[in-house]
Amino acid sequence: MSRRFQVRLITFALAFTGFFIVWYKVGVLGIPFLPHEKRSVYTVGAEISFVGQKKSVLVSMALPEPQEGIQILSEDVASSGFGYAEGETVNGKRAEWSKRNVVGPQMLYYSLEVLIEPGEHKPKPPIVPSEQETETLSDLPNMLQDTAKNLLHDIRSRSADTHSFTAQLIKDFSAKEPSQAVKILLAQSGESKIDLLYRLLRYRKITVRKIHGLYLESARRNIALTPMLDVYDGKDWQLYDLNKGKVVRDKNFFVWQQGDNALIEVTGAKKSNISFSLNERQVPVQYLLDKKELVKKAAILDFSLFTLPISEQNTYRHILLVPFGALVVVLLRIMVGLRTSGTFMPVLIALAFMETTLSAGLIMFIMIVGMGLIIRSYLSSLNLLLVARISAVMIVVILIMSFMSILSFKLGIKEVLTVTFFPMIILAWTIERMSILWEEEGAREVFIQGGGSLIVAVFAYFVMSDPFVSHIAFNFPELLLVVLAVIIMIGRYSGYRLSELMRFRSMVE
Amino acid sequence: MFANPFKLKKLGILGMNKRNIHYIGAHNDRKYYPLVDNKLKTKIVAQNAGIAVPKLIKTIERQSQLRHLKEMLEGIDGFVLKPSQGSGGKGILVIVKREGDEFIKANGQRLALRDIQRDISNILSGLYSLGGKPDVAMLETLVEFDPIFDRYSYEGVPDIRVITYRGYPAMAMLRCSTRESDGKANLHQGAVGVGLDIATGKALFAVQHGRPVTHHPDTGYDFSELEIPHWEKILSLAASCYEVTHLGYLGVDIVLDKHLGPLILELNARPGLAIQIANRTGAVKRYDVIDTQQANLDVTQRVKFSMEHFNMQEGEDQIIMREK
Repeated sequence: MSRRFQVRLITFALAFTGFFIVWYKVGVLGIPFLPHEKRSVYTVGAEISFVGQKKSVLVSMALPEPQEGIQILSEDVASSGFGYAEGETVNGKRAEWSKRNVVGPQMLYYSLEVLIEPGEHKPKPPIVPSEQETETLSDLPNMLQDTAKNLLHDIRSRSADTHSFTAQLIKDFSAKEPSQAVKILLAQSGESKIDLLYRLLRYRKITVRKIHGLYLESARRNIALTPMLDVYDGKDWQLYDLNKGKVVRDKNFFVWQQGDNALIEVTGAKKSNISFSLNERQVPVQYLLDKKELVKKAAILDFSLFTLPISEQNTYRHILLVPFGALVVVLLRIMVGLRTSGTFMPVLIALAFMETTLSAGLIMFIMIVGMGLIIRSYLSSLNLLLVARISAVMIVVILIMSFMSILSFKLGIKEVLTVTFFPMIILAWTIERMSILWEEEGAREVFIQGGGSLIVAVFAYFVMSDPFVSHIAFNFPELLLVVLAVIIMIGRYSGYRLSELMRFRSMVE
Repeated sequence: MFANPFKLKKLGILGMNKRNIHYIGAHNDRKYYPLVDNKLKTKIVAQNAGIAVPKLIKTIERQSQLRHLKEMLEGIDGFVLKPSQGSGGKGILVIVKREGDEFIKANGQRLALRDIQRDISNILSGLYSLGGKPDVAMLETLVEFDPIFDRYSYEGVPDIRVITYRGYPAMAMLRCSTRESDGKANLHQGAVGVGLDIATGKALFAVQHGRPVTHHPDTGYDFSELEIPHWEKILSLAASCYEVTHLGYLGVDIVLDKHLGPLILELNARPGLAIQIANRTGAVKRYDVIDTQQANLDVTQRVKFSMEHFNMQEGEDQIIMREK
C-alpha cells in the first residue's frame, strides 16, 4: 500500500467517523449543531388551595409519570410548614403533604420543568391492554339503560372500527345541539361526561383509560386539567379530547394523571381546589446539556465529557480548543509560510490571550518580553551560566508580572490581573531565545519570528475564542477526528507556500 | 506581488513542503541524522573515509576544562571554536590571530580570554544545540583560506555549498560574506549567493536577499570573473559524502584551504532552497534527471554524469547573466 493511499485512507476514515458521529448526535439525539439554538422549556405548576379547620391535614396529589416525547427536567415543591413525601401506589406516583393543626387558607405548590423532545413521537406501546372488566349498565336507571343501548346501537351502525366508533360517540356528546338521548344521559345519569363516555365505551368492550393532562402552550394561568380518553384498538393507543375528538400525538400533550384515582385527595380541610399554570421560556440548549438530562438518553453521550465533574469539564473546554489552535499554526506555517519562534508557542500565547482579552494580552506580552529582553541583555554581560541565566530571567518575568498586576489593580484595570495565566517558563524561554536570536542573527530575525508568533497567536486566538468553535469543540469532540484528518492531509501538502510565491518571484520575472 | 505557482512548477522550483516530503523525508533516513547533526561525529567518520576536513585540535566537554583554556590555546594563533551540535552557524567563534592577551576575530573585534570562556560555557550548556541538549565544544585549526576568494568576501569565511542528490552533485553555489551579513555566510543574513556551473565551476548569477547583483556590495568585484579552482575535486569530495552518510539529500559545505585544497566544513541534511535563486534554475528538473540514473554508480561516474548534464551554458531555459 503506497504512502499516499494510506494517507488518503486514514484521512477519509477519520473524517467519515467524525462526521458520522456528529450526524448521529444532531440528527438522532437532537443535540443542536449551532450554539445559540434554544428549546422551549415549560414550567407546569400545580397550585392546591384549601382552608384548614384546626385539624391535621393530609393532601395527596397524583404525579405525572415519565412519558414518551416529553422529558421532565426537574421538579420543585414549595410548601412551607408541610411535610412532603412522594409515594408509589398501584395507580402511580403521588405527592403527599401533611401537617397538624392547620388553620386558615393554605396554598401548596408543585412545579415541573418539562421539555418537548424533538422528533416524531411514535404511538405509545400497549402498556396495559389488560383485561378490563366489561361494564354493565345495570346500575343506571332502566330508562337510561335503554337510551344508552339505543344510542350505542345507532353509533355502531355509523362506524367501522373502534376508533371511528369512539370518534362518533365523542362527536355526538360534544355537538352544539346534542341529540335527545345524549341530553338525557348527561342530565340524568349523575355522572360527568368523561365517566359517562368511559362507561359507554367499556360497555362496548373497548379497552380505554382515563387521562388528565395539559396542552403545553404559551403562558396560561388558572387552568384545569383537560380530561381525555385513551382508546386501544388492539394495535395502537389513540387519545381523544372530550370536546375536540381525536388528538394528534405531537400536539404537546402532557399527561399528568392516568387512571381512576382522584387527582387530589384532601382530608381535614375544606374548599380544596387545584389549578394549573403554564409558563414557556426559551432556554439555550447548552443549559439542557449541562442539566445532564440528555446524557441519560444515549450510550454515546454517557461516554462523553458531560459525565465528568464540572471543573474537569471546564478544563476540557480549554484543552479541546488547542487542536483548533494547532490547525491554525499548521495552516499558517505550511500553507502560508509564516515563521514563528517555537512550533506551538503561538497556541500557548493564544490560550493566555483568552484569559486576558486580546488587546490587554498583546500589550502585556510585548511589554513583558521587551522588558525581559533589556534585563536579559544586562544579565548576559554578567557572564552567567545558561541555566542560571534562564532561571534569573524567569524570576524577573515573575517580578514584572506581579508588579504589573499590582500597578494595574491600583489603576483599576482588571484585565491585567489575569496576567498570571501567561505561562512564565515559556515567556522566560521566549525572552532567552529571542535574545540569542538578536545576538546571532540580528534584530530583523527577532521581529520576523516574534511578529510571526504574535500574528499566528492572534489568528489562533480568534479561532479559539469563537463561540461557534468552542461550542462544537466541546459538544462535538469527535470533530477533532476531522481536524486530525485535515492536519494529516496538510501534512502531505507538497505545493508552494504563499511566502515562497513571493520569495521565488524573481525566478519567473 | 505573488509568482504564479504553475509557472514556478513548470520551472521546477523546489518548495519547502516538497523538499521536506519528497526529498528529505523520502531519501534521508532519520537514523543517519546524528552523523551530520553532530559535527564531531561527521569529522571522525569523514577522516576515517579519507575525506579532507579541517583538523580537530581538541574537544572541550566539561566546564572544568575551561580553567585550563589558557594552556590549551598556548601556541595556537588562529582557531575556530564551534558547538558540535549547533546549526545555522550559531555559536561559531573564529579567531584569526592573537595580539598579546587578546584574541582577534575575523571582523577585527578583540576578545579577552574570558569572552572565549563564556562562549565555550554557552556551548557546553547547550545554548546552540537542538533542544538545549548539553553539547561539546570543538577546537579546530583555522582554515587558511585560498586568497582567490579575498576579492569576493568581506571579513569572513567564503564557502561552497554543493547539494548532492542520491550522491550526484546537483547544484552548487559560493556563499560570500558581506558587511551586512557580519562576516557570516548565511544568505538570509545578507550574504551573497553565487550560483556555480556544475560543469565548470564558473560563476553564473549572484543574488543578495533574493535579488540579482553583479558585483560584491563591499569589495566591488564583478562576480562574472569568478571561477572556482579544484572544481572536479570539490564535486568528488561532495559526492563521496553520500557513501559516508547514506543521506540521499545532502548539503555539503566546502572551503578551500591555501595549502590543503578543498576541505569539508559541514554537512547539512536539510539544505535550504536559496541555491535555486542563485542558480536561476529549479532544482526539481535536475533531481528528475538524476532520478533516471541507476543507483550503483561510483563517485567518479556520478561526478562525470553531473558535469555532463548540468551544463548551464548549454541550458535552454536559462538566462545568462553575462549577456545582460
